[in-house]
Amino acid sequence: MAELDVEIVAADHFVWSGAATLVKARTSNGDIGVLPGHTPVLAVMEPGQLEITPVSGSKVLVDAEGGFFSVDKDRVVIVADNARLQDAATAGNR
Amino acid sequence: MGAQIRVYRQKIASTQSMGKIFKAMELIATSRIGKARSRMTASLPYANAITRAVSAAASQSEVDHPLTTEPEQVRRSAVLILSSDRGLAGAYSASVLKQAEGLTELLRDEGKEVKYYLVGRKALAYYDFRGREYAKVWTGGTDNPDFETAREIGATLLEDFATDFAEGGVDEIHVVYTRFQSMVVQEPVVTRLLPLEVVEGDAPADSSELLPLYEYEPEPEEVLDALLPRYIESRIFAAMLQAAASELAARQRAMKAAGDNATELVKKYTRLRNNARQAEITQELTEIVGGADALNAS
Repeated sequence: MAELDVEIVAADHFVWSGAATLVKARTSNGDIGVLPGHTPVLAVMEPGQLEITPVSGSKVLVDAEGGFFSVDKDRVVIVADNARLQDAATAGNR
Repeated sequence: MGAQIRVYRQKIASTQSMGKIFKAMELIATSRIGKARSRMTASLPYANAITRAVSAAASQSEVDHPLTTEPEQVRRSAVLILSSDRGLAGAYSASVLKQAEGLTELLRDEGKEVKYYLVGRKALAYYDFRGREYAKVWTGGTDNPDFETAREIGATLLEDFATDFAEGGVDEIHVVYTRFQSMVVQEPVVTRLLPLEVVEGDAPADSSELLPLYEYEPEPEEVLDALLPRYIESRIFAAMLQAAASELAARQRAMKAAGDNATELVKKYTRLRNNARQAEITQELTEIVGGADALNAS
């Protein structure tokens, strides 16, 4: 239970998935940080940057032009419009 | 050289060059199917995630969202038809259009007006030729659809959905497309996009697992506002990808059949040509022998 299962998908391709300890995203109400054990949330994202801290390795930064994300039993699904990984080296980490 | 032989030679040459074209088109279609199918698979995670979220939001919240509530009276329906840009794909476009005709009849019987939205030049040609009206048409790239087009179609449909009936708006939206089941089976189907009939994914396997009770950020209405257009876009995009894969598969099969037929024809014409040549030789010989006999007899 101590880690989040994160999946980031864009409309026509898969972006990133893996285990993480913290996910930061920008919603219309402000930034939200999701830690393991978070209550189920369905939120609309603003254009901006997502920050994911994986269990191992360096932080993953993703640019997204809006979208939404859902948190449900430590499973985070981020549906982003035109999402791009900022660091190509971490792509396909699974 | 006899006239008959020349005719057969010409037929063989033209059939052979057609056969080459069919073969090339078959190979092109085959090589593109793989890509179309992988795009179909690539769009699945998005579609699944969005369907799940919409299901959860629509089934749990007591929000009366215009997109989820059934109108009391449906007077006009929008029908989006996904056909192809090019022919030479067997009955692909014809069967989609036939399906659309069936749907139209059904809707008219229920006393609804039908407003068409077309995708692909084949559908456009069909409606233009019959002088029928349509609201909007998108052409180009049906065998390789991009998300921008899906977004545009979604936006247009939603806009008309939000418009009043009196001003030309629609009360429900149907999509006619070809579902890609396998390389050999593609089936034209009709789905209703709006009002929503949210179905949870394709896999009801873990139906025992309840959908989580979400908190909404910012408000349920706003979340639905943001979710539903995306859901519609993703459904349309998925339909377009299925249609593209089906089109390519249909084209591949049609071109294979055409190529096989060309080979058969070449074989048949070659026999006929040989026959004609042999007949000509025989005739010449009989003439010579006949002439010689006549000379000897005299």
